[in-house]
Amino acid sequence: MEKAKTAECPVIWIQCATCTGCSVSALNSVSPSIKNVLIDEVIPGKHVNLRFQATVMAGAGDAVIEEMKETSVREKGKYILVVEGAIPTTEKAADYGSIGEENEEPVSMIDRVETLGKDALAVVALGTCAAFGGIAAGSPNPAGCIGVGELFKKKGITTPLVNIPGCPPHPDWFIGTLAKVLLLGLPAPEEVDDYGRPKDFYGQLIHENCPRRAYFDEGKFAKKFGDPGCLNELGCKGPVTHADCPLRLWNGGVNWCIGSGSPCIGCVEPGFPDQLAPFYKKLTEDILPNIGSREEV
Amino acid sequence: MGKIIIDPVTRIEGHLKVELITENGEVKEARSTGTLFRGIELILQGRDPRDAQRYVQRICGVCPTSHSMAATLNLDSAFGISDKIPDNGRLLRNLILGAAHIADHILHFYHLCALDYVDITKVANYQGGNSALNSIKEFIGRGELGPFVPRYEGDYRLPDEVDQQAVAHYVEALNMRRKGQEMLSIFGGKMPHNCAIMPGGVTEVPTVDKIAAFLWRLNELRDFIDNVYLPDVLAVAEVYSDYFEIGTGCGNLLSYGSFDLDGSETDLTKRSRLLKQGTVSTDLKLGELDTSKITEAVKHSWYADSSDTRHPTQGETRPEPGKAGAYSWVKSPRYDGKVYEVGPLARVVATYASGNPRVKEMVDSVLSRFNATPAALFSVLGRHAARALYCKLIADTMPEWLLQLKPGEPVCIDYTIPEEAKGMGLVDAARGALGHWIEIKDQKIASYQCVVPSTWNFSPRDNNGQPGPVEQALTGMKIKDENNPFEVVRVIRSFDPCLACAIHMITPKGRSLGEFRVC
Repeated sequence: MEKAKTAECPVIWIQCATCTGCSVSALNSVSPSIKNVLIDEVIPGKHVNLRFQATVMAGAGDAVIEEMKETSVREKGKYILVVEGAIPTTEKAADYGSIGEENEEPVSMIDRVETLGKDALAVVALGTCAAFGGIAAGSPNPAGCIGVGELFKKKGITTPLVNIPGCPPHPDWFIGTLAKVLLLGLPAPEEVDDYGRPKDFYGQLIHENCPRRAYFDEGKFAKKFGDPGCLNELGCKGPVTHADCPLRLWNGGVNWCIGSGSPCIGCVEPGFPDQLAPFYKKLTEDILPNIGSREEV
Repeated sequence: MGKIIIDPVTRIEGHLKVELITENGEVKEARSTGTLFRGIELILQGRDPRDAQRYVQRICGVCPTSHSMAATLNLDSAFGISDKIPDNGRLLRNLILGAAHIADHILHFYHLCALDYVDITKVANYQGGNSALNSIKEFIGRGELGPFVPRYEGDYRLPDEVDQQAVAHYVEALNMRRKGQEMLSIFGGKMPHNCAIMPGGVTEVPTVDKIAAFLWRLNELRDFIDNVYLPDVLAVAEVYSDYFEIGTGCGNLLSYGSFDLDGSETDLTKRSRLLKQGTVSTDLKLGELDTSKITEAVKHSWYADSSDTRHPTQGETRPEPGKAGAYSWVKSPRYDGKVYEVGPLARVVATYASGNPRVKEMVDSVLSRFNATPAALFSVLGRHAARALYCKLIADTMPEWLLQLKPGEPVCIDYTIPEEAKGMGLVDAARGALGHWIEIKDQKIASYQCVVPSTWNFSPRDNNGQPGPVEQALTGMKIKDENNPFEVVRVIRSFDPCLACAIHMITPKGRSLGEFRVC
């Protein structure tokens, strides 16, 4: 019997104001490996067809920009758009960030996200910059950076959006979300939190699952780096940060931030970095307005 | 006159556009433009100095570890503790940095460069039992070749069997670079953006199980470097040997050195390092590094200041888009007024010139295989070979550092943040000489400056009209087919551009090419 035809799931991945760390983190996916994701049927019968991704794609120049545009027309309403990096919105946005050209004029990142975003099946804002502005939007936010959600709100774009923040995001958070969309469709409203983050990955505080939690409860605090004990007094933001790092661990499970004796800096939160900094100062209520209050949008 | 525009240049870090003016198939003029601005140095102003280590890594997610090292050396120096870092701290920093560079160079050769030489579609004819190749064959059979097409066509020269093996290695290298990041995280916490490297030392404590876990990942990587990576570089060099003469560049190399062998010297230009600091030109004589000779020119950059004598710490950044005669947002760093290339080639040749017997033997054995003189190192293939040899050198040295670790002894020291201070951090990043400078006032960052490898390599002409290293490497080059300019991207990628780094501070891109627009 002939094998059923593989369903191709087109993906366009554009990089805006980013350090490329989100792409590098995705390459670190263990199982499935990045090769499984790009070459194999990552879900039986379904293949992620990555049509545009500047870090790995073979081609360059006009030809790849054409490929991106053609895909968005041919696969209108069927492709997934992944946005990595924040979106510069200064008056002359193309001066601050552009992707390719039309008629020898650069096309701004904001125009690309708008054009590709409105015709996509769904948009994944990958990383804290794409989700909320992130590092690029740190004060004084020189390039006027914002996240995809804010842009969509301004432009009235209603394409479903999933936020996968993290600086960088854990590869499982991204691949896991992609797999879920392929298997079960888009997440239902109750499956994401008020910031559009899948509860599967961002549903609990670091502090709730931290292996150093017992030290906190007993009031045993590390006074300097390299000491055992809870890192609260060294500035840990675990009590206000929503992610499953302590359970999932990083880089094939070998370690994670707090595991290496370094405080959590709250890199998945909408207020990162300004509301979480200074990173090595003890958390107090007055320097953290609204962080971690999941009731508020 | 013809014009070739490549926008975007892909398979690099960051956003880059390259424009070439050609005449009869020869490049007459070359210029490169970054197309993204964020302004990390502006974002750093007024913040807690200790946070710099975290922010600067976000300049670049491909080479964050090198930035964390430069920032930490910079802060150590500003805090007055450069010579007080415990040996465990120094060794763990070396191991973390070494892991980053190994993973990065494997990524660079296989995933950023190889598709310029290797034709993945040749796997369609594969007959054999390699499961990775068979899955790629099946992938090709399905007819949807993203992200491997479109691409340049016409100059894939490897014989089928060698080509197919290279594709299998591309897949294996994905696992290897991931393993390198895993190895790094054992002591660094996580990747990208490690959290353990800190002023005063590191936060992670070495234990025997971690040392063993690191060692055996390292052994796998050494096996890969010796038996796959280096042989593949040589196999490509055999078939594309014309690239020993293409992309020569400026002939001057600058290295800040890397991997501290001893922490007692506070002057980083004199500190004992595995890879040596210094300058070296085609005569292979090592010159002493003197950072006071570094200046930045902006005559051809969109900045108001036209001085060419400012040290980076005195640099001004007043954007003036459309400035007459300017054509780039990248400034032009120069050393002693001359153009210098940075990168693995620079640090390997500097160490070679210092007389290091191990490096001499490694480099000479590659040169003798191709009947080449050291002059051949200044080329596209020279850069790839130097990168692979460097990878082998550090991977072979890292077990020594692992065994020098002393579990139970301190990894970092305490310090206080001074009210006012200045600092400097120098290290060779994966892509070359990386300098960070800080000024602290009221215990906060008053000013933070980075001069990064890609700013050196991708700089425009300076005040004396000297083109930057990549411009020199491209100019005069013959292009066989202007619709498929393989030569251009092979030269550019041999420098391993990192544009997020080069433009971390560079201000918005203007459109006017001013009087430089030729056609």
